Amino acid sequence: MTPPATPSPAPSGGPSAQPPSPSGEAAAEPLLSVRDLRVVIGGRHVLHGVDLDVAPAGVTALLGRNGAGKTTTVRAVLGLVPRTGSVRLGGEETVHLPTHAVVRRGVGYAPEDRGVFAALTVAENLRLAERDPDPDYALVHGLFPELRQRARQPAGTLSGGQQQMVAIGRTLLNRNRLVIADEPTKGLAPRVVTEVAQVLERAAEAVPVLLVEQNLAVVRRLAGGCTVLADGRTAHRGATADLLEDAEAARRLLGVGRHPAAAPQEARP
Amino acid sequence: MDTVVLLTLTGLGLGALYFLVASGLSLIFGLMDVLNFAHGALLSVGAYATWWAADGHLPGAGPDGAGFLLSVLFGTAVGTAAAVLLELALIRPLYTRPREQVLATVGVGLAVPALLMAVWGADARPFPKPAALSDTVRLLGAAVPADRFVLVAAAAAVLVVLRLFLGRTRHGLVVRAGVEDRAMVTALGIDVRKAFTLVFAIGGAAAALAGALGGLYFGSVSPGQGTSLLIFAFVVVVMGGMGSVTGAAAASVAVGLVQQFANYYTAAGLGDLSVVVLLAVLLLVRPRGLAAAGAAGRPA
Repeated sequence: MTPPATPSPAPSGGPSAQPPSPSGEAAAEPLLSVRDLRVVIGGRHVLHGVDLDVAPAGVTALLGRNGAGKTTTVRAVLGLVPRTGSVRLGGEETVHLPTHAVVRRGVGYAPEDRGVFAALTVAENLRLAERDPDPDYALVHGLFPELRQRARQPAGTLSGGQQQMVAIGRTLLNRNRLVIADEPTKGLAPRVVTEVAQVLERAAEAVPVLLVEQNLAVVRRLAGGCTVLADGRTAHRGATADLLEDAEAARRLLGVGRHPAAAPQEARP
Repeated sequence: MDTVVLLTLTGLGLGALYFLVASGLSLIFGLMDVLNFAHGALLSVGAYATWWAADGHLPGAGPDGAGFLLSVLFGTAVGTAAAVLLELALIRPLYTRPREQVLATVGVGLAVPALLMAVWGADARPFPKPAALSDTVRLLGAAVPADRFVLVAAAAAVLVVLRLFLGRTRHGLVVRAGVEDRAMVTALGIDVRKAFTLVFAIGGAAAALAGALGGLYFGSVSPGQGTSLLIFAFVVVVMGGMGSVTGAAAASVAVGLVQQFANYYTAAGLGDLSVVVLLAVLLLVRPRGLAAAGAAGRPA
């Protein structure tokens, strides 16, 4: 991965452009507003009423321990699992829409398992994601020159980091209103984690990002506001810095036993 | 030598029929996880529509020349329309209920032959064969019926067209991606249900063409023809690898040839048994089918 280029769309504000209020509520109208989101899978209640706001600029983190319901929440926002409650995107209720219709309203999604099509080439993976009449290949290839070089390589033969480039590249190809990245640094080497964080930081200058992430150093660097889930419910909403500075809250909500400042050096700015 | 040539061409002709049925079946299962037991019914619909048109009921159509070509086109079109209707009316409402979906396709697979039987009787009807296809062709000392070459050429053409469709078009790209991960395709903003209908239409067209060409091969049409071919088509799909058109082509050739040679050199009827043995051996050696040997099950 090479250092990212500046995204071509005019930046609408970086992570610090819309600082969350002390209460954690975004100052402006949230781009994505989720209320009382409930999911039942196979008769088991997975989400019991999640509330979540994504700020109209910068990165909003969705945090929580393993099994708290983070991935289910983003999948429910997209309609990939049956859900009830309210999911408003830009003021429009989308909870009754099928997944493709939600995505077409301007949502880019990089799933936890990266969701690349192993038998398709890199170029085909990107082509499949094209929705806009003029997909922004200049941005994607600017951020990830390797994707151009490996265009004809089957995506299944790429490394984990390269597959993540494909997954994130697909979300940036169209002029989305929101990008959802589910654990984009999971399983990556420390050097690649730093590069993915750089790319997301650049991307967030152009489009708001909802970031599900376990690496608190990455969260600390990127996310202005955060929502913490516990047992399928919203347990905390507020400014990321405030949460991570409060060792007791971080331990209770996230299960981390030490100060996040001691997190891996690689992911720091 | 001439016997081997004749058996080979006859086996390839039979394999061509299997491929036409199995290619659609394989794509439908690979993309939609639908075990379409009604696929044989689509073949029967195509066969009877072709026969009906060639019998003089369709203006311009007939048993010979361009009229026969029109009959085949008509049969294929009716089969395609039936497949689209089946997908929209019966399969689509049951996507979240796979058990009911299987039962519904089994029901159609039984009802259509019964309906054909009720209208045109249980007996096989002689299928018109154009004069040009009634002759034999001398090849390496063997007198091979001309229709065998038509079957092989038609299947080869369908294979080429399907590969071009899957490899060169956006719809084909969506189908290949959908075979791998349907949910992710929808998460890219693509309405995968349209791909479902398209794949059903393609599968229906190929099966109906198999019905028309099967009439040539067998010399007659009967209500149960589709069902009996469907069983071997399922064997071909499993052997070829779910969702792989190229795997289906290779498996079709293997099944057709093994069946013909075993029937001739052992006892009649052992051909069917040898196909089952071939399937068992292949699954022991390569559980995911022939396509697993290629590019990670690449469905093309």
